[in-house]
Amino acid sequence: VSQAAAEPLGSPVTALAALAGEVAGRARAREQVEVYLARSTATTVRAYGGAVESLSQATSAGVGVRVVRDGRQGFAHAGTLEPDALAETLDEARDNASFGTADEHAGLAVPDGVAPAPVDPWDDALAAATTDDKVALALALEQATVAGDPRITGVRTAAYGDGRGEAAVATSTGIAAAWRSGTCYLSVSALAADRGETQTGHGVSVGRRLEDLDVAEAAGDAVDRATRMLGSRPAPSRRLTVLLDPHVTASFLGVIGATLNGGAVLKGRSLFAGRVGEEVASPLLTLVDDPTDTDSLGAAAFDAEGLASRRNALVEAGVLQAFLYDTWSARRAGTASTASAVRSYATTPGAGARALAIAPGTLGEEELLARVGDGLLVQGVSGLHSGVNTVSGDFSVGAEGLVIRGGEVAEPVREVTIASTLQRMLRDVVAVGADRRWLPGGTGSASLAIADVSLSGT
Amino acid sequence: VIDQDVLQRVLGVALGNGAEFAEVFVEDRRSSAATLDDRRVEEVTSGRERGAGIRVVTGETTGFAHTADLSEPGLLEAARAAASAAHGGGGRRTVALEPRSDHAAAGRVVRPGGVEKGDKVELLVRADEAARAAGGPIRQVSVGYGDSHRRILVANSDGLLATDEQVRTRFSVSCVASGDTGMQTGNESIGLTRGIELLADHPPEAVAAEAARRALVKLGARPAPSGTIPVVIGPGSGGVLFHEACGHGLEADLVGKGASVFRGRRGELVASPLVTLVDDGTVDTEWGTLAIDDEGHPGSRNVLIEDGVLTDYMWDFLRARREGRRSSGNGRRQSYKHLPMVRMTNTYLTGGADDPDEIVASTPRGVYVAKLGGGQVNTATGDFVFGMTEAYMIEDGRITEPLREGNLIGNGPEVLRTIDAVGGDFSMGGPGTCGKDGQGVPVGLGQPTLRVPALTVGGTAA
Repeated sequence: VSQAAAEPLGSPVTALAALAGEVAGRARAREQVEVYLARSTATTVRAYGGAVESLSQATSAGVGVRVVRDGRQGFAHAGTLEPDALAETLDEARDNASFGTADEHAGLAVPDGVAPAPVDPWDDALAAATTDDKVALALALEQATVAGDPRITGVRTAAYGDGRGEAAVATSTGIAAAWRSGTCYLSVSALAADRGETQTGHGVSVGRRLEDLDVAEAAGDAVDRATRMLGSRPAPSRRLTVLLDPHVTASFLGVIGATLNGGAVLKGRSLFAGRVGEEVASPLLTLVDDPTDTDSLGAAAFDAEGLASRRNALVEAGVLQAFLYDTWSARRAGTASTASAVRSYATTPGAGARALAIAPGTLGEEELLARVGDGLLVQGVSGLHSGVNTVSGDFSVGAEGLVIRGGEVAEPVREVTIASTLQRMLRDVVAVGADRRWLPGGTGSASLAIADVSLSGT
Repeated sequence: VIDQDVLQRVLGVALGNGAEFAEVFVEDRRSSAATLDDRRVEEVTSGRERGAGIRVVTGETTGFAHTADLSEPGLLEAARAAASAAHGGGGRRTVALEPRSDHAAAGRVVRPGGVEKGDKVELLVRADEAARAAGGPIRQVSVGYGDSHRRILVANSDGLLATDEQVRTRFSVSCVASGDTGMQTGNESIGLTRGIELLADHPPEAVAAEAARRALVKLGARPAPSGTIPVVIGPGSGGVLFHEACGHGLEADLVGKGASVFRGRRGELVASPLVTLVDDGTVDTEWGTLAIDDEGHPGSRNVLIEDGVLTDYMWDFLRARREGRRSSGNGRRQSYKHLPMVRMTNTYLTGGADDPDEIVASTPRGVYVAKLGGGQVNTATGDFVFGMTEAYMIEDGRITEPLREGNLIGNGPEVLRTIDAVGGDFSMGGPGTCGKDGQGVPVGLGQPTLRVPALTVGGTAA
């Protein structure tokens, strides 16, 4: 096992960076080599029935190597940092490079002069937290959920989890970067039952240290969301305004983010190709991808190709500003990388949103409901992977939530779908909530009201 | 890979805190992939993941740790970590392992390691050319080839020692067509527990032609209806319906937690008498086929619903052990870094007696779904969705215009009860990846043509 693998995680990350640089330095003439190294530790505690159901301690490390020669790219990866494996992975990537199609835009990132922002989303307190403290949080989460309402019969899962990781990337083209991050979370899925009917509700809390986690908030959300769905039924089909809660908005923003991927645009797979500078959304909508914002769990000083993270405005007051690029897609588009490369050690980099956020609006909960008047408050959607097509724009998902009538929430609804197209939904935004919050996945989300959506039910 | 003596010592240490059960799962997985997109072979990649996961059970608590270090010290360290996570108290036990005969279902297939990378790339180019030859509106084609060669070993404190070798190969084509109404997509995949020789039986050109046909058909698609309507689902990939409508709800872990609408209903009529549902890890070379599961137990054919009556749930070893029964061979995990849990293998509805053409002809107005995409279910409520990636209107008993994509939603127990026609044209569908609690595993699906008298279609048309 190499020295870098034996170092304690987090401090200093330079051991991993040095190892990446050493391997990248083995590049031969007329050859570019990129070495991406990552290692992480994670703990997951699941509580069930007042006891620990499972406690997992995970330690992972891996390497991904890209070789570019004569415009052809090869890649290989391995789930270890052992010296022999590093050498084998480099050889394998080299061999793979002989089979690609030559591409004038192929090539690794080169330093672009942008200075890294002072972003280091890491708290030593998380590394110091004891297993007993983590177990206590998981047990407390289950207990608070079950005690939250007499109709709660138990949980499907109640878990504490954390992950601390570091990564380094070095290239023979002069890139040398390393970064680290740590996050922890509580996640609970509550079961509520009444008169032979069961409903579920989910609650989460996320942070960078145990003290950030709010057991009462996660349990309370799960209990409310499960109990308020009791007695729910399908509703009649009609067109209406939906009010997406921040969790659902986050899923919607994830879909929109995929359409703003510069690689997809170049390959003719985006709705928005050729539309920069045009009004594609309601003036109420502003979207930014800013991994230098330390409030986002996606924050990091560098992207996965080792370029300094930067703030990218994507949609401003409804006008499309830019797409997200990694090095390859930027070169092909004749522009500069937006430092939007995302990857794991087992994949090659691609462009993607890292810390997507919607600019908060001004309306509070009551004002939002009043603005909607009659509609549906959507608390959960399903089938995002099966009913949403980011190329055609078709959008159709299962939904559950509460009817909004006369500006107030009324009876619960389930087993319905809501449908429109992504193009129309962006234009049909009628309100953005002031309730912006940061969610798992790094998304900054808020309540979002969208008009003229088709509800399918009875 | 690892000596029996070493495994026995590791299990002994894992049991050291007085645990009642310990298990070592070793995995060595090599994979390779090649992708073509936008007329370019973008990259050829290869990877290797090797390591061991160690599980220790004390009472109701499971401790788990994994390591990529397969040396004896590395395994012992992981065993101690798992044991302390499941902390009990007490002495140490010794374990004597009894090797079972190796299954090595992969013995009959071409192992990926022996295949020239250039041969894989050649398949991509053939598919790209075939898809583009399908017509001018095809504007973009991406093709993916992927194979994996997975060797596993399971040893546990009950004395079990089993190994297996699993080879899977997958080939997929995705097309974009462009017309007056915008862009549409069409996909097709083939995937089996075989080597590259599967592409001889399923030529890249045929996979590509099917993907291109789907994209072109949808250029003329109109918005799907909105509301409740009879739905006829064609043979093959329609098996997603059962995977979601009741498959997940019949997994013993969810049943045990009261998170399934099918809890406590064994022996009861839960579906139309036309429904016989099977989960079968032994189907020849299907995507979800396995000789042993990831707990070392043989894959088997399990009848879940017979003529409408719920006969059994699916079980992993841990839950079966507590109930004093045999595992049904459904304990699976994504990798050595994951704990096993109850998972489906190949889940299918067996063929019925109805004429598929007659099922359509006897439906005055409805939706015909020729190919389903993925789906999702809330097992506690039974509500599930599944996507239609190729669908048509049925008008006056005839299949007419194509429909745009969308989800359908229904309630599992209700849909099962109301199925009123099952055809005799059974077929397996394409390869699927089933996600549960963050773990993905390969699964197979199948069904004949069938009709549900009322499902909610999530379209935008009146």
